[in-house]
Amino acid sequence: MREITCREAVREALREELQRDEDVFLIGEDIGFYGGTNKVTEGLWQEFGPERIMDTPISEAAIIGAALGAAAVGMRPVAEIMFVDFIGVCMDQIANQAAKLRYMTGGKVTLPLTIRTPGGAGRSAAAQHSQSLEAWLIHTPGLLVVMPSTPYDTKGLLKAAIREDNPVVFIENKMLYNTKGPVPEGEYVIPLGKADIKREGRDVTVVATSRMVYFALEAAAQLAAEGIECEIVDPRTLVPLDKEAILESVAKTGRLVVVHEAPERGGFGAEVAAIVVNEAFDYLDAPIQRVCSKNTPMPFSPRLERFITPQVEDIIAAVRTVMG
Amino acid sequence: MTKEELVLLHKTMLQIRHFEHEVAKAFLAGRIPGFLHSSVGQEAVAVGVCSALREDDYVVSTHRGHGHVLAKGADLKAMMAEIYGKVTGCCKGKGGSMHIADFDRGIVGANGIVGGGIPIANGVALAAKKRKNGQVVACFFGDGASNQGTFHEALNLASIWDLPVVFVAENNMYGMGTSQRRHQKVENIADRAAAYKIPGAVVDGNDVLAVREATLAACDRARRGEGPTLLECKTYRHYGHFVGDPGLYREPGELEAWMERDPLILFRRYLEKQGVPAAALDELEAQVIEEVREAVDFAHRSDEPAEETALEDVYAPTEAGRRAIW
Repeated sequence: MREITCREAVREALREELQRDEDVFLIGEDIGFYGGTNKVTEGLWQEFGPERIMDTPISEAAIIGAALGAAAVGMRPVAEIMFVDFIGVCMDQIANQAAKLRYMTGGKVTLPLTIRTPGGAGRSAAAQHSQSLEAWLIHTPGLLVVMPSTPYDTKGLLKAAIREDNPVVFIENKMLYNTKGPVPEGEYVIPLGKADIKREGRDVTVVATSRMVYFALEAAAQLAAEGIECEIVDPRTLVPLDKEAILESVAKTGRLVVVHEAPERGGFGAEVAAIVVNEAFDYLDAPIQRVCSKNTPMPFSPRLERFITPQVEDIIAAVRTVMG
Repeated sequence: MTKEELVLLHKTMLQIRHFEHEVAKAFLAGRIPGFLHSSVGQEAVAVGVCSALREDDYVVSTHRGHGHVLAKGADLKAMMAEIYGKVTGCCKGKGGSMHIADFDRGIVGANGIVGGGIPIANGVALAAKKRKNGQVVACFFGDGASNQGTFHEALNLASIWDLPVVFVAENNMYGMGTSQRRHQKVENIADRAAAYKIPGAVVDGNDVLAVREATLAACDRARRGEGPTLLECKTYRHYGHFVGDPGLYREPGELEAWMERDPLILFRRYLEKQGVPAAALDELEAQVIEEVREAVDFAHRSDEPAEETALEDVYAPTEAGRRAIW
């Protein structure tokens, strides 16, 4: 099978959905003429023109407002927020407007809106360009939240997100844009809310998201050499969450490590741990471990950034802990 | 306008006035939960603007939105029931006073966040522009909202994209308890139009015909594809920020002076001068009072929503939406 990068996977999904449905349009900062700060949308402006690939001023609240207003009357916009960190500027439009408009109107409004945005550390982009803010979003009823790791998942899930009739925040990882993986030619869609087992194993369940899936796979490869078999569960969508896949895996292994790059406190890992404790307590042979960033802003220095964020050796240590 | 059309404007203003009075009464009697922002005194803005719109045009409203929504044609009973928090309300009791919407009538929604609706109006207008169907969006907001970042972001975007929006700055002289001269240095919000190179106009917001004329001109411009207009309507809220607000921030004599310029009194005087008999206007008012009373009865008699409905309408019922509730 051919291999493409996550960047190409996003672009292919966008191109295919733009071709498929004339209500789809892209809106964001420098996504058109410039080609996108991460070159994700490169070439689309030339192909589809400025009315489908809409460059905006640097006005995040205006971007989300325009996208959600258009969605409310039946368009299918895909907005880009250049870095997930910038959702702070438009959080009212996301959390108070997009997430709640359907509910507040008693179900009269449907919002087929997708917000794409890259997150993640690893490039010394410091405190305002490196965050993982998915916890803000999963804490807001009304939003769906997708966080893919591989090119295959990225393409299939983005197509599903664009076709979805609910607001979806689609969090890409800037460190994965150059990561390659097998993606078939031709059309496929991955339904939202289905986890993927990235590696099977009998001893420990490792739930990991986004770039941490790769770290977990590396840890699992090293641990396999000592006879510890990890099962890597990639939820792919955080809302809805494939609880069944996680619970089934824990029922098999009896041990759970949750890995995410966001700070530990109040994070997605706490939610997963609570679900497993409530619904699979009897299967657990050891206390659950979380491997997350420390509870600080993201530092600039590469050395400090590495210290703050989860590393392969941290995952290995956590797995050893739950193995006793 | 024909005499009948003029009387219809008056009737809609009366509906808003009596609707708001009944709602305030019920609220103070403890029959309505939450809190309430009354638009009494501002009826001419709502009716002047909405009378200039086509049926398929849109309005985006504010926390003080009852008048806008009624003027755009929302059903009295469904609105009253919503404010009572009943299941027969237009939002099934989930929105309440601050979130009334009726998409079937082009009412995209009131908004509890000051300035929150302005960027959304652009999106609705963007869809209209893409579909080339000549629809216009009237976007209401107050003088307070004109200091929000969303005002600037949205007017700039509407300007560069020539979006068909009429930005209606309903200047009632106060952002909550802070008077306009304490919250901005410009005397006219409309002066800010220059910053976006769009037309700005100031009208007497208590003169329904002046508001209507200015809106018609702005709509014409928008439908010609020439872009947005910032229309400032100077007016006053009789009840203060919320029903029960003692209004201690007002200047002595201020309320009294504005009461003399009550838009309903002004327009009734105008109609009588045009030869509409006073008796006919009295009869019209009695009829409106009866309609509003029926709406109150309807709301009062309606059921409260069943508890389990609180879990509905969070998501559209797609497969993912169904699984997102746990």
